[in-house]
Amino acid sequence: MTYTIDQLKDIAKDVRIDCIKMLTEAGSGHPGGSLSSADLLTALFYTQIHRTKENALSDDRNRFVLSKGHGVPTLYAIFAQLGILTKQDLLTLRKTGSILQGHPDYDRLPEVEASTGSLGQGLSIAQGIAMAGKIDQKDFRVYCMLGDGEMQEGEIWEGLMSAPKYKLDNLCVILDYNKGQIDGSVENVMNIEPLSDKIKAFNWHPITIDGHNYDEILNAYEEARQTKGKPTFIIAHTIKGKGVSFMEGKIEWHGSAPSQEQCDQAIKELSAL
Amino acid sequence: MAKASRVSFGEAIAKLGEKHPEIVVLEADLGKSTYSYQFGERFPERYFEMGIAEANMIGTGAGLAMTGKIAFICSFAAFVTGRYDIIRMSIAYPNVNVRIIGTHCGVAIGPDGNSQQGLEDMSIMRSLPNMGVIQPGDDMETQQAIEYSLKHKGPLFIRLTRQKLEDINSKNYQFQYGKGVILKDGKDVTLFATGGTVYNTLQAAHRLEKDGIKVRVVNIHTIKPIDDELIIKCARETKRMITVEDHNIIGGLGSAVSEVISEHYPVLLKRIGLKDCFGESGVEKELYKKFGLDTESIEETIRDFMSKDQPVLV
Ligand SMILES: Cc1ncc(C[n+]2csc(CCOP(=O)(O)OP(=O)(O)O)c2C)c(N)n1
Repeated sequence: MTYTIDQLKDIAKDVRIDCIKMLTEAGSGHPGGSLSSADLLTALFYTQIHRTKENALSDDRNRFVLSKGHGVPTLYAIFAQLGILTKQDLLTLRKTGSILQGHPDYDRLPEVEASTGSLGQGLSIAQGIAMAGKIDQKDFRVYCMLGDGEMQEGEIWEGLMSAPKYKLDNLCVILDYNKGQIDGSVENVMNIEPLSDKIKAFNWHPITIDGHNYDEILNAYEEARQTKGKPTFIIAHTIKGKGVSFMEGKIEWHGSAPSQEQCDQAIKELSAL
Repeated sequence: MAKASRVSFGEAIAKLGEKHPEIVVLEADLGKSTYSYQFGERFPERYFEMGIAEANMIGTGAGLAMTGKIAFICSFAAFVTGRYDIIRMSIAYPNVNVRIIGTHCGVAIGPDGNSQQGLEDMSIMRSLPNMGVIQPGDDMETQQAIEYSLKHKGPLFIRLTRQKLEDINSKNYQFQYGKGVILKDGKDVTLFATGGTVYNTLQAAHRLEKDGIKVRVVNIHTIKPIDDELIIKCARETKRMITVEDHNIIGGLGSAVSEVISEHYPVLLKRIGLKDCFGESGVEKELYKKFGLDTESIEETIRDFMSKDQPVLV
């Protein structure tokens, strides 16, 4: 099935609304980095990964590793859109006994593909999956989303070094470059620029886009698919808290849940998009 | 007043910075969570925001310590002790004055779940030669432990909580490194507790008083070097013992006490804590119940334990 950009936008809107509802119900969690990735991930799951309830654990499925595990509400919300989870499940986020742990838990919910939440580890895991795909001569592709603050972890740079060595053109990294982390802006905490040059110097194929512009997102995904002999790294400029006026670009919304009032306000704004 | 030990740390280190120009503090993008930011606001020239890069922070702390500084390196216990080999080689082996501040220990942090909960950190740090392991149980004890750490020679791991800790010590309390503290006397069984579990343990002990079960409660703020002498004395006097920790029962307080008694004075011992399993998301109170760490569960465990026969030792 193919999706128009308008359809994708509608799905992403629902995903954002569900993120807000889940986080409000949970009373804790990370709205900023969940909202910033919603367009990139909606487009990814519907146009590249083609995830369905049926293929969610099939051997040949395309894979997605959410390395910035605290952004998992977006992933759960997409799973609910796809019928892998129910809307009811979403409201159990972070509650005792739920399969929807605060960070992805592969043992409880293998559809998340990896247990993350300690930043910096997802790229290496995605690389291993991509290597296995090459060994087994499978056609599946592996996607991995990183946070911009997460780029500061040493293991990320080790992974950046090794994936080109093994010519992992079945691997594509998507950086949710929302400019914020916990102690402040990425630029002030520990600058990662000039990023595109670094990525290029590490022998990846870098693509820079606006991570909320669907034409650019879809073109980048297509370009990644066409790129042979090396892995692709999409630098997607995004806005932390995108879609909710009082959250956009505000560090305070990295890791605190909305009140019921703020939730209502946020849903009103998102519904009007 | 009830206070999280991470908050006590932030206050203490900001205060001590005044008189001690040799203190430097390194942070890995969790300054508002570890409360190291309090030092950073007052002494920006001695505060280093290293970003989400714990390994680099650990090694840098070692270098600073080798050059006359006392380096406090701060993050969640799970993340910082996760970089084990770097701590082993750059800090413990050269025996340098780094203070590893590990906050957000235990399932008590609640909904964030296992990835953020320090649950094996004491075990990992305890196994390193030269490394002292401290987990204070209330505000005063934390402030004093941080102050003590300035005099200490060699590395220390200091385990702190996100949740508030009720006061457990009396007004004129004096922290003594390596010494357990008897908070309540009793002759039937000794409970050793540490950090976030001390208060619940005391409560449970008081409740059992009514039924004539006399529980001794000992706060073990220094898990390494552990107070052998006091543990052996308690084994002699009360025979039975129980350990209570918000940590895996493997390698932490339970193991430390077991090691002492099995070599010197074997008695029946029960370990309360996470039974070789990972943590999970949930409300703090519910998780404490689930893992047997709330007052009611501790009380029940003591009752059950008291009904068991001591093994016959040959
Ligand atoms: C190894 C590790 N260190 C620290 C943390 C605590 N932490 C959680 S989220 C976060 C900031 C992440 O920033 P970024 O990667 O930019 O994510 P985003 O802005 O997309 O939310 C930090 C430091 C962690 N989860 N893992």
